[in-house]
Amino acid sequence: MLYSEKVMDHFQNPRNVGKMEDADGVGEVGNAKCGDIMKMYIKVDDEGIISDVKFNTFGCGSAIATSSIATEMIMGKRIEEALTLSNKAVVEALDGLPANKLHCSVLAEEAVKAAVKDYYDKRGIAYDEKLFAPGGGSCCETPLDDCELRPEDIHIKPARQ
Amino acid sequence: MFVYSDNAATTKMSKTAMDTMFSMLEEVYGNPSSLHTAGQTARERLEEARKTVADCLNADEREIYFTSGGSEADNQAIISAAKAGERKGKKHIISTKIEHHAVLHTLERLEKQGFEVTLLDVGRDGIVKVPDLEAAIRPDTALVTVMFANNEIGTIQPVAEIGNICRSKGIIFHTDAVQAAGHLHIDVKAMNIDMLSLSAHKFHGPKGVGALYARKGTALTSIIDGGAQERGKRAGTENVPAIVSMAAAFKEACGNIDKNAGYVIAMRDRLIAGLEKIPHSVVNGDRENRLPNNVNMCFEGIEGESLLLMLDAKGIEASSGSACTSGSLDPSHVLLALGLPHEVAHGSLRLSLSEYNTPEEMDYIIEKVPGIIEYLRNMSPVWEELESGRREHFID
Ligand SMILES: Cc1ncc(COP(=O)(O)O)c(C=O)c1O
Ligand code: FES
Repeated sequence: MLYSEKVMDHFQNPRNVGKMEDADGVGEVGNAKCGDIMKMYIKVDDEGIISDVKFNTFGCGSAIATSSIATEMIMGKRIEEALTLSNKAVVEALDGLPANKLHCSVLAEEAVKAAVKDYYDKRGIAYDEKLFAPGGGSCCETPLDDCELRPEDIHIKPARQ
Repeated sequence: MFVYSDNAATTKMSKTAMDTMFSMLEEVYGNPSSLHTAGQTARERLEEARKTVADCLNADEREIYFTSGGSEADNQAIISAAKAGERKGKKHIISTKIEHHAVLHTLERLEKQGFEVTLLDVGRDGIVKVPDLEAAIRPDTALVTVMFANNEIGTIQPVAEIGNICRSKGIIFHTDAVQAAGHLHIDVKAMNIDMLSLSAHKFHGPKGVGALYARKGTALTSIIDGGAQERGKRAGTENVPAIVSMAAAFKEACGNIDKNAGYVIAMRDRLIAGLEKIPHSVVNGDRENRLPNNVNMCFEGIEGESLLLMLDAKGIEASSGSACTSGSLDPSHVLLALGLPHEVAHGSLRLSLSEYNTPEEMDYIIEKVPGIIEYLRNMSPVWEELESGRREHFID
């Protein structure tokens, strides 16, 4: 099998799939042209704790699995803590990903960050822009790329609700 | 239920092919180049196989060269014609945008060596337009290479017409018939084909063996140097068991083309009719000029790899032109050549059948696919955009 059991489990039984009407933050990353879009919704309570997460993903098995596990990893966490979620942690939690699928985990990290950024923006909370430097996890964003996409086509896109 | 529906990738070996292979492995182990009896027995079987393959194509046995498969045959045919052209100062090659990588990558290599390559577009139906080909021909055109039938969308190209044009202009015509051999009638003489590639594992023969047909008088360049096997055009001790097994499989397939086609086309059309009911789906490639076994469709709003994994979990084995399945970054060049946008091409599904499939299996696929598509669409932000009108549907 191409994927670990953990990946297949999260692919076949994804946690927290869905949309959220009254989300406090929504992040969308990726590009349909590249075959991957992740949309992450978060609900944040008065204590700054993520009380609910939902995701929608268009993408491969690994894209769905990384979104699923990322929602689990930030659920119930403080928002600052969610921001420290790294793609490496996502890959480890899934017992690894094939090399050509690593970017899907970058996408998951970016999706969480984009949702937090949207939450900060909506609440008017000040933040350090550097926290949200675009990472570039999309399929088309790997170095060997020959996809005729320009960098500005990719990266974090403001969520449209 | 378990349904193997990826026969364009490879097929299961037929009983005939397997029995032939086993008995060859057991009994005929000699080297065809050896003078002793064991060697000469192997030589006889090898030459019988050559005659069998030649007969199926209406070729002469001296025109058949055994190779390690379709890729090698494609490489050798194209390189040979290019070198022959170069000797006459002709360095232009015409091909199409929908060829297999065995052809396209060989052409890319030749481009780096100073050859000029024209890749013809195909129409929305996935078929090359003959007038485009005629217009592309130049005085220095050395080779036209157009596949017999496409491996992804199954479209059958106007090979006889192209052969006729090339012959009248004295241009070498090669066709990659890997998907067609054993499935469609091929007559290299009537179709004016100068070179043709085929591969055993696409017609229920073994993997790693194929053949190159090169019409008498067509200069071949060897790409593997060494011994004088295959009349000095392909060095290396022949894979005799595989070659003889291939010949048996090819003879069986060619003898049953019409019978198999009737049966497989009925299943193909049943499958298409069932899957077409899924909203915002489209059949890729012409419906008539199409391999009997090929179904290729796009479903908007989903990505192919996740579709394949979900189908696999239900026992249905298929393939997709999505970039995510291939490890490459762009979706299938064939689907893009049809004019499909990237995001639509990512949602492709290829089901390729064989005479070993059953109508019940088609009904099983028709029963399972719609639910999976709906499930994936429900979690797809692209589908959400399409449905809310923020993104325009490409497929009605
Ligand atoms: C059209 C076409 N050409 C060439 C090949 C390569 O053949 P092989 O796998 O025998 O090298 C294939 C199949 O993989 C094919 O479908
Ligand atoms: S979405 Fe393309 S490889 Fe994961």
